[in-house]
Amino acid sequence: MAAQTRPKRPFRWHIGIFLAPAVLVYTAIMILPLAGTLQLSLFRNIEQSQVFVGLENFRTLFGNPNWSVGFWNALRNNVWFFIIHMLVQNPIGVLLAALLSSPRLRFSAFYRTAIFVPTILSFVIVGFAWKLILSPLWGVAPHMLDLVGLKSLFTPWLGKEEYALTALSLISVWQFVGIPMMLIYAALLSIPDEVLEAAECDGITGMSQFWKIKLPLILPSIGIISILTFVGNFNAFDLIYTAQGALAGPNYSTDILGTFLYRAFFGFQLQIGDPNMGAAIATMMFLIILGGVCVYLFLVQTRLRRYQF
Amino acid sequence: MTTKLLTALLLGTSILGTAGAAYADDVTLNIESWRGDDLAIWKDKLIPAFEAKNPGIKVVFAPSAPTEYDAALGAKLAAGSAGDLITCRPFDKSLELYKKGNLADLSALPGMENFSPVAKAAWQTDDGKASFCVPMASVIHGFIYNKDAFDKLGIKVPETRDEFFAALDKIKADGTYIPMAMGTKDLWEAATMGYQNIGPNYWKGEDGRTALIKGEQKLTDKDWVAPYEELAKWKPYLGDGFEAQTYPDSQNLFTLGRAAIYPAGSWEIALFNTQAQFKMGAFPPPVEKAGDTCYISDHTDIGIGLNAASKNADAAKTFLTWVASPDFATIYANALPGFFSLNSAPVKMEDPLAQEFVSWRDKCKSTIRSTYQILGRGTPNLENETWVESANVINGTDTPEAAAKKLQDGLDSWYKPAK
Repeated sequence: MAAQTRPKRPFRWHIGIFLAPAVLVYTAIMILPLAGTLQLSLFRNIEQSQVFVGLENFRTLFGNPNWSVGFWNALRNNVWFFIIHMLVQNPIGVLLAALLSSPRLRFSAFYRTAIFVPTILSFVIVGFAWKLILSPLWGVAPHMLDLVGLKSLFTPWLGKEEYALTALSLISVWQFVGIPMMLIYAALLSIPDEVLEAAECDGITGMSQFWKIKLPLILPSIGIISILTFVGNFNAFDLIYTAQGALAGPNYSTDILGTFLYRAFFGFQLQIGDPNMGAAIATMMFLIILGGVCVYLFLVQTRLRRYQF
Repeated sequence: MTTKLLTALLLGTSILGTAGAAYADDVTLNIESWRGDDLAIWKDKLIPAFEAKNPGIKVVFAPSAPTEYDAALGAKLAAGSAGDLITCRPFDKSLELYKKGNLADLSALPGMENFSPVAKAAWQTDDGKASFCVPMASVIHGFIYNKDAFDKLGIKVPETRDEFFAALDKIKADGTYIPMAMGTKDLWEAATMGYQNIGPNYWKGEDGRTALIKGEQKLTDKDWVAPYEELAKWKPYLGDGFEAQTYPDSQNLFTLGRAAIYPAGSWEIALFNTQAQFKMGAFPPPVEKAGDTCYISDHTDIGIGLNAASKNADAAKTFLTWVASPDFATIYANALPGFFSLNSAPVKMEDPLAQEFVSWRDKCKSTIRSTYQILGRGTPNLENETWVESANVINGTDTPEAAAKKLQDGLDSWYKPAK
């Protein structure tokens, strides 16, 4: 009897049960808000009630010069912000990691910690500290340049349209250079000694060992860092907000997608927040980041060669 | 089940609460406010003064945090638990409450006649027919100067623009002081202390402002571009690196005695009095020729209105009439130097700097900031754009004409003046 009623393959409840906590938590705190944002961007507040308007908000965002000029300006600035990080932060990170992993370097633990510390500082502290450092009135930057006779090189960088964004990008690089350094450092340490010894037997040492052996082996890590930088930069907001305020001055030259979204969504001073337009901008940010990550996953990562040891 | 229990508990507390308050036959009025800073002034000075004159009415000042005020007040009004008296933000936020029927019409309140039309403008319907809050305080713009510096350099207080720039030239030539303490980093300094400070003299105060709202004037007109032209001339007199100078930097530059002139709002008075070690004076924005009518920005900031659902409306009106009286004005203005009562009756103030500021009301015509009433509603937001463009003009990024054109174009995109 019992043998007859027992199904052949019992439903494996435990899989669902084991997955449930993660799926539920992730759905509740990630997927639902995301879907909510996407939904919000398709509605508009007309006469105190939310009305479905299809893609009308996006048409406003791209068709109305009052919005589109700001959006493209923010996107352009954001791309520049990203380029600076890719060109400055990641090469310096790799360089620092290579130096740190050198067995002849003394106090490497100290350097490692010192370079990593800014990463754990709050944006508010970083923004405020650099504002003071670069202040033309009380800052140490003009004073120190003066000591070496280069006072003429000093300009109020954060207040000049042409320099402000680059200056802020470099501040952000200063803050976050520890992350690529740590990841590359870990990757370098994981290269087996046999490989390096074999290389040495073949006469590959010093710089050429780095270029021919180590760099190919850490390329996957560099890929991961690039994608982390990309996502981080296109979601950036805090540093610009703390250093330049929500209007991202001077003349919107430091306005990136995050600050643009903030002003649209929450409003600023007399400007009243428009959650629907804000959600439309947030949706665009989501799509940009999604697109970037997809390009990386499908075009870059599949071509990276991995080595099994 | 739990909901019921909760409801019962809440009901219980509310009954007990009311019972506790109603032990005497006194009427208790609650004031909603975001000015937590003023708690001591209300408790120690204003409320006792009122209660002494009006036995039987008790007043409780119950402020909430400025950032939470609007949301909390909205929720309380919706739930019917808001206080009898409501501190009013200027312009649209209060207008919205009035339109929703949360604020009572106070046009006929005894005491309202003590206020000028400009003072009432911040709490009126767009057509000016109904007033719904009693104006409490405003801030006045002008220039605060370092008296010691002026005496040392033998400069007399400038009345005309030529004298003003001559004074700036003289300070600059001497080199001891930075002629003017202002930065463009925070943007709003350039707009609020710059454009809105000197502008009324050009656009003739209320005449220009209302003409702009009616669509009879444009921001690209001569009267509205001219203040930008003057602002552009300020550039050489600002400190080194003014592009990255923040608002606190400007305040410190002046109070440390390193700058001679500070384009100011009267709210600085209290802080400057405690920090500056030198004598200070103030002068209104200079006019073109001596003897011209002068105009000052006397910007309305705080008002107080009546909750339309209040059960103690009569007592609340008594209170509001008192707020509209010179008695209140005197206590308030002296307790908070720099926040001036909007009452037409002259108020005796102890603080000399505050006295100087308020004395301009007698000889000059008052107006409010041009970008607030009605024009501050849309997107792109005129006030925010004015911040950006004022800084651009001083930085030299935009010419005065280009800045004015950008502002007018932005305004045209959403604002259609009633014909």
